[in-house]
Amino acid sequence: MTAAAVPTPRVGQARAFTAVLRRDLYVTGKELPVFLAQVILQPLFLLFVFGKVLGSLGYTQHGYSHLLFPGLLALTAVITGMQSLAFPLVIEFGWTKEIEDRLLAPMSTGLVAAEKVVFATLRAITAATIMIPVGVLVLGSIPWRWSGFPLLVLALVLGSLLGAGLGLVMGTLVVPQRINIVFSLVFTPLLFTGCSQYPWPSLSRLRWFQVVTACNPMTYVSEAMRAALVPSVPHITPWVCIVVLVGSVSALMAIGVRGFYRRAID
Amino acid sequence: MTSPAVEVSDLVKRYPKSPVNAVDGISFAVARGEVFGLLGPNGAGKTTTIGMLTTRVKPTSGQAMIGGIDVAADPVRARSLLAVVPQRSNLDRAISIRRNLTFHAAYHGVPAAEASRRADELLEQFGLRERGDVKPDMFSGGQSQRMMIARALMHEPMVLFLDEPSTGLDPAARLFVWDRLRELRDHGVTLMLTTHDMHEAAELADRVGIMDHGKLLALDTPEALMRGLAGNSTLELGVNASGDGNGSAALSGALSTLPGVEQVEPLHDESGNGQDGQVRLRLYVAGDASQLVGPAAALLAERGLTLSGVELGTPTLEDVFIALTGRSLR
Repeated sequence: MTAAAVPTPRVGQARAFTAVLRRDLYVTGKELPVFLAQVILQPLFLLFVFGKVLGSLGYTQHGYSHLLFPGLLALTAVITGMQSLAFPLVIEFGWTKEIEDRLLAPMSTGLVAAEKVVFATLRAITAATIMIPVGVLVLGSIPWRWSGFPLLVLALVLGSLLGAGLGLVMGTLVVPQRINIVFSLVFTPLLFTGCSQYPWPSLSRLRWFQVVTACNPMTYVSEAMRAALVPSVPHITPWVCIVVLVGSVSALMAIGVRGFYRRAID
Repeated sequence: MTSPAVEVSDLVKRYPKSPVNAVDGISFAVARGEVFGLLGPNGAGKTTTIGMLTTRVKPTSGQAMIGGIDVAADPVRARSLLAVVPQRSNLDRAISIRRNLTFHAAYHGVPAAEASRRADELLEQFGLRERGDVKPDMFSGGQSQRMMIARALMHEPMVLFLDEPSTGLDPAARLFVWDRLRELRDHGVTLMLTTHDMHEAAELADRVGIMDHGKLLALDTPEALMRGLAGNSTLELGVNASGDGNGSAALSGALSTLPGVEQVEPLHDESGNGQDGQVRLRLYVAGDASQLVGPAAALLAERGLTLSGVELGTPTLEDVFIALTGRSLR
């Protein structure tokens, strides 16, 4: 038996990359109901309780649901991106070792990490997109502006990448024994300080919290979404959001890929 | 001229914060189609050596080559030439066994139709044809092991690395795996296995390297290693020792004066050395050990001692291993 003809490295690596991505998509496709339940339930209930129930009972002002909806798109993208990457990565590196077969595929280790990011980003974009019809169903109507569409797409992609970046950093730094505690310590603050339920400029009355939320990169996803869909609500200028997000994503990817190499190669 | 399947020169690995080298300057080559066994106690550096050869551990210095490709310099190409069967299952639990095989092939660029054909063939060969649609979670240790070997063969690697291939398998599964490995060797696949099972090494390996403390202590065919051990046959004596001056050390000294005796080793075994004055000794003998039974009995009789047991044997790989790495647990 001889080795199969070795293709030129670049072609071979591209082929390996798409094959690994295909495997992940295949598994998601097979577990579609689980995937949907996993990504939709939380924003669905937030939307239902805060957007519908509280509004119907008169505890929130008219129009709050339209302010909330863009924030929930941001939340869904970031959280789904993070969960799609962090959980499986911790388990694959620390417990099942399933990732070894991919690390030994003829592709650079950085590409294995890149595939994880691309896959998590795709899942996050899908989840947030599904929230649009869900929003229509729950709220009856959602804020929509075609002129804001390019900004919406940009915010969606950057938000998904942000989630994936957070997931990559957490997934490579956390040992399996700690995943539960780390997730509860990171997840809940991230969820409630990311300006998905309130616009950032309105926090000027609560200065210290405004500072805290400014440190959460998810805030800039929520604000960019609002700029795209409900520009009448005061929001952070879109270009500031985009600059902060590009910077955050770059930093997280740099740290995450470095962590990935450290886990993959001794 | 073709390059060796595996070539290692002055390979060193020192982990950060460790005061010693895990692998301490080893060199060896494995010819194409050879079965090479790497033996050593736990912590000897076997796994680190394999890690460096399989691109998962970065060498501190020295060179590791697979099929003439420098593993550290070009890990991507090296990966297409090698395959690894780890000790513990790392099968993909989310997909069926058959998909484990076909996706592995896809990672390695094997066309789908070809991958499908090979998967059928390997499932058949490894006795898992009926179970292709089952997920790995449902598999026993032996079945997982077989599956991982089958998966490794999907991209027709030049070198197959196996870490403790039969640890934890029942005897039938072990024999099955050994048979498959012999078939692979007959097909020209280079096999490199790490093991601390001497029997496995003697059964399968063309050559054996014995490692300890990061160094390669010996490297030869199992037969040559056994022959190289002091003496080429052994005589084990059980002695009812009593009285002063008849401890195992004194007896060893006396017995080593017999003609042909090269070394006397007191044995510490579970039969309770030292109890009731029982001493067990192993004599390594040049030539035929049976010739020594008479003289040994006579020598003991002179000292007022009697033989309680006699056993003739040839040194095993285990004796070689123990002689080189010692008996202490670690």
